[in-house]
Amino acid sequence: MTVIMRVALFVPCLSEHLYPKAALDMVKVLRHVGAEIEYVEGQTCCGQPAFNSGYRKDIIPVAERFIELFSDKDAIVAPSGSCVAMVRKFYFDLDIRPALVEARKRLAGRIYEFTEYLVDVMGRDALGGSFPHTVTYHDSCHLNRELGINVQPRTLIRGIPDIDFVEMGMPDLCCGFGGTFSYKFPELSIAMVARKCRLIEASGAEYCIGADSSCLMNIEGYLRKHGMKAKTLHIAELLAESLGL
Amino acid sequence: MELRASETKQYIKKALKDDAVRDAVDKATQTALAKRAEKVAINPFWEELRKLGHAAKRGVVERLDENLARFETECRNNGMTVHWARDAAEARSIVLGIARDNNVRTVVKSKSLTTEEIHLNKFLINEGIETLETDLGEYIVQLLDQIPSHLTAPALHLTRKDVGRIFHEKLGVEYTEVPTELLAIARAKLREKFLAADMGISGVNFGVVDSGCCVILENECNARLSVGVPKIHVAVMGIEKLVPSFDLLPVFLKLLPVSATGQKQTVYVNIVGGPQRSRSGEGPEQVHVVLLDNGRSKILADPQLRETLFCIRCGACLNTCPIYQQVGGHAYGWVYMGPIGATLIPQYLGTHEGRYAPFTSSLCGACRQICPMSIDIPHHLLKLRNRVVEAGESMAVERAGIAVWAFLAKHPLLYRLATWFPGRFQKLLKGSFPAPGYSAERALGRFDDKGFRKRFLELEKNSR
Repeated sequence: MTVIMRVALFVPCLSEHLYPKAALDMVKVLRHVGAEIEYVEGQTCCGQPAFNSGYRKDIIPVAERFIELFSDKDAIVAPSGSCVAMVRKFYFDLDIRPALVEARKRLAGRIYEFTEYLVDVMGRDALGGSFPHTVTYHDSCHLNRELGINVQPRTLIRGIPDIDFVEMGMPDLCCGFGGTFSYKFPELSIAMVARKCRLIEASGAEYCIGADSSCLMNIEGYLRKHGMKAKTLHIAELLAESLGL
Repeated sequence: MELRASETKQYIKKALKDDAVRDAVDKATQTALAKRAEKVAINPFWEELRKLGHAAKRGVVERLDENLARFETECRNNGMTVHWARDAAEARSIVLGIARDNNVRTVVKSKSLTTEEIHLNKFLINEGIETLETDLGEYIVQLLDQIPSHLTAPALHLTRKDVGRIFHEKLGVEYTEVPTELLAIARAKLREKFLAADMGISGVNFGVVDSGCCVILENECNARLSVGVPKIHVAVMGIEKLVPSFDLLPVFLKLLPVSATGQKQTVYVNIVGGPQRSRSGEGPEQVHVVLLDNGRSKILADPQLRETLFCIRCGACLNTCPIYQQVGGHAYGWVYMGPIGATLIPQYLGTHEGRYAPFTSSLCGACRQICPMSIDIPHHLLKLRNRVVEAGESMAVERAGIAVWAFLAKHPLLYRLATWFPGRFQKLLKGSFPAPGYSAERALGRFDDKGFRKRFLELEKNSR
């Protein structure tokens, strides 16, 4: 029996405007494993930056809009753990219209992070392909600690037969981005990303894989500015590349 | 040295430039974390203990009024005198009153954050009562006129070389950096004080409700000497420090030391069950318990945030915090620091003085993961950020920016239009998009010409 998985894309702000390749590669990989893709027109932002900055009232209408837009979909998949955590967990902190309370609950059960969807829902762990390089993996905090997703991305990485996967020291150490934290406390944020990048360098990996474009932007920015050799790659980009998509 | 939580931005910048402190903090926290991990790994019941501890604390805090009343009764039955202090000033005058009533001239103190919270030392000294810290770390920071930089290790920001210099300068002894020699110097200075002291002051780790006793954990025996040698013992205790029963005490006696220092158990467990009962001359003649509110009952009013009262002050969240590891405890500007401090500062000091504290976090969640009481610190920080904003304490330019953003986010066409501009702007400036601070050491991401939506629609068209 073949079940066609219909997937509605949720493409967070950073993927939309700065890193569309990661989201496009996610589309390619999802199609490769047999999912049917739908782009929901009219989507904007889940509201996380404003929520994290304390502006709950301002984001209520934004969240309500998001819920209305997506809650009738069977599965919503996003290439970001923190945006999924926002919808799945933190929307419950908002005093939304009572009429949307049920829809919020339904949505929370149907929105998935990309690697979670591949491994836990579609049951795909080894996609094969080829990527003969040394890679390491950075655990994004919201993905790891809010959603508890840390095995899935590693499973997918190890599923590439010729890849050389090494763990860096403290892979779950925060990279120091933290959204608005990075401009509220820039010196502190830089000290944190410097430490992360030293750990990546010490691992000897050519690529640092991640599942959140925000952390990768932060890490990549520091690596590049400081002439460090390692490159960053979103896990969707890694999988698409290894499969030649 | 008076610190202010509202100055945290300056303190953070300063701390980041102090490599010696950063090294000391980094080493100390990594050592504590490694030891903790070792002990947790060999304890098959660790997660069970955490659950038991959390449930016990929840039970106590949710019915704090009843539990406090019972605790008071049991303490009185044990011969202790119980005092209630609404705020810091009341607590200080209660302690002073006890001292005056008994002609106390010298006080020995064992480390207590609660007494730091109410600035008891300085107050008593100003009142002409010699007051000396006897915990080694606390003694060192007192010599420097600093506050502790860690919940359980007050002098964590200092190296033994620093301590050698401090002892040399402040005590006039010869410089040494050998830990045992430093300890011997402190011990020699302190022992005579213990024997001469009229009154001992301590904090309390756990007030046991069903048996009316105060439990004090320590490693150096200074607390035991402080509470046991002088004629009068005053225990200053926050009203949230209760645990329900003697039966459940062992859960906490495990959770606290493992989390704090990676010890299976502290060297000393002092259980103060009242004054001496016979005229044996052993133990204090009077035991006073000062129950301090000082804002705690306000915290209790919020069903979510009252979880911050479950804290047992182990300091594990500090050790594991990637921010604390960089800047140490003084950067937070108050006696409670690190992730849990960031939740307590705005709650105790208000959203004006504490307007930055809940933002001193990347919300990474390492604190919640390690917390023996499973306090959901990042979630509480988020709520407190909202409280700061609601109180009008956020910056006007940020408020305006968020309002514009929220409007656009509800209007997709305008949103798309508005997000088109930064890309053009960045191109015009040849990639040097202005992001003050952020881009000092980081290259910026590039705005994409088309954006995902457009590229996706193109992909669809081509594949048809």
